[in-house]
Amino acid sequence: MAKHRGRGVATINYPIGMNLGGDPSQALVHSNPTGKFTVSLSSIDLGQGMKSVTRQICAETLGVPIEDVYVDTADSDTGPHCMGSFASRGTHRVGNAVMAAAREARGVMMEAAAEELEVDPGDLETDGRGAIHVKGAPHRSISVRDVAIAAQFRQGKTISGRGIFLVPLSDVDPETGEMSPATCYAHACQIVDVEVDDETGDVTVLKMTSAYELGRAINPKLVEQQLVGGSWMGMSHALYETPEPYYPDTREGPRDFNEYLMPGPGDICPHDIIVLERPAADGPFGAKGPGEMCANPSLPAIANAIFNAVGVRIDELPITPERVLRALRERGRSVAASRAW
Amino acid sequence: MKTPIQLRLNGEEVAAFADDGANLLDVLRESFGDLTVKGGCWQGTCGTCTVLVGGNPRLSCVTLAESCSGNSVETVAGLRRGADLHPLQSAFMEHFAAQCGYCTPGMLMAAKALLDRNPNPTREDVVDAICGNICRCTGYEPIIAAILDAARKGARRSA
Ligand code: FES
Ligand code: FES
Repeated sequence: MAKHRGRGVATINYPIGMNLGGDPSQALVHSNPTGKFTVSLSSIDLGQGMKSVTRQICAETLGVPIEDVYVDTADSDTGPHCMGSFASRGTHRVGNAVMAAAREARGVMMEAAAEELEVDPGDLETDGRGAIHVKGAPHRSISVRDVAIAAQFRQGKTISGRGIFLVPLSDVDPETGEMSPATCYAHACQIVDVEVDDETGDVTVLKMTSAYELGRAINPKLVEQQLVGGSWMGMSHALYETPEPYYPDTREGPRDFNEYLMPGPGDICPHDIIVLERPAADGPFGAKGPGEMCANPSLPAIANAIFNAVGVRIDELPITPERVLRALRERGRSVAASRAW
Repeated sequence: MKTPIQLRLNGEEVAAFADDGANLLDVLRESFGDLTVKGGCWQGTCGTCTVLVGGNPRLSCVTLAESCSGNSVETVAGLRRGADLHPLQSAFMEHFAAQCGYCTPGMLMAAKALLDRNPNPTREDVVDAICGNICRCTGYEPIIAAILDAARKGARRSA
């Protein structure tokens, strides 16, 4: 009876957005008369940071300070349509829609500013700190706030923009099956070190080492947060969580957090992560987004590490101590049987 | 039947009549309007409802409100001093220790209970203090880092 160490590797090629496309998202951007901007979305931020990322994208595109942008995701009945926060599509699809809406709003803002300064809109630029000035002549300047007031009360213009991003639904060739599943892919590689106790069947994750390539990281701290939290969830799916341990028999399923197990703060391991940024041609500022991929490599990498440690290939999840012991016993029997031959 | 409940809630004397057998979680939210206290499972298994009673962490969903009468109760609503966030709150922000934020009130209070009695905790002490609190999002590491950092900064300030 002993503890065995093993190492497993998994790599991922992860399509961004719904398979085959056909999943649009819309955004609306408008300014109020004080020069603050609201982004209206129906897309949901469930903690992954979509509001932060779309706020950054909007502020950068408009050329205004991030403090002056507010993202409103309050109501999917009244907001512009979104397909949803899934398929790792938030940053890419919604970000692109926000960028398009902000570009249109910026166009109106620059026209209104040009009218006030009596110059050509093409001669103007934003300073990112709340002012618009003539290129090469920063003293000929007007604040975004004054532009918003002028647009509203003198020029009768709404500084606003509409945006939609759609990857059109791909055809599937009935003869060859040829199709275009996605326009861009994120990538990952994860190495997991485990220790397997062949007496108890317990698997301890000792260390994770990962590389993720997910286009431009719009907000590097949020990306890191996703990757750390996501790999915990991957480990949880690999070793702990199951609604139906004896699938498809639901009778033995867990009823609450006493029975539905997840790794606690004492079960986590050191995780070295590097993020590679290879901007996507069709991503907002080159972003693809982390999304679901954060959790995915840990499952096969852990299964591979267990195989490497004790030589059993377990293809049912989660890999509970019971399954490890059953597999070890099964292998013991077949080794004994082959010896008997 | 109603039972009188009197508490020192975040330093302030408060009183209300609550249903017999009401739990502290419901009384804090409904009678005293403190919505910083969250319920997750209502059966003592997730930790998000953690508050401090007499300085000790308690799962408010399985604590009889009546049993706290005359005692002090601390919640997240009492953490900040005016505009100043509590060092734990600042550290949670700096370390991105919240995503959906559902576990955060319970994590903050469990951490406060720890730092109040042990200002220089080890990583094991921190893990031990929050091991009854479930977080679905962060993978725990940012929370542990935030609590250790708050301890370091708190210790420096008083030194
Ligand atoms: S609500 Fe009290 S422990 Fe979950
Ligand atoms: S941040 Fe979502 S549960 Fe902890």
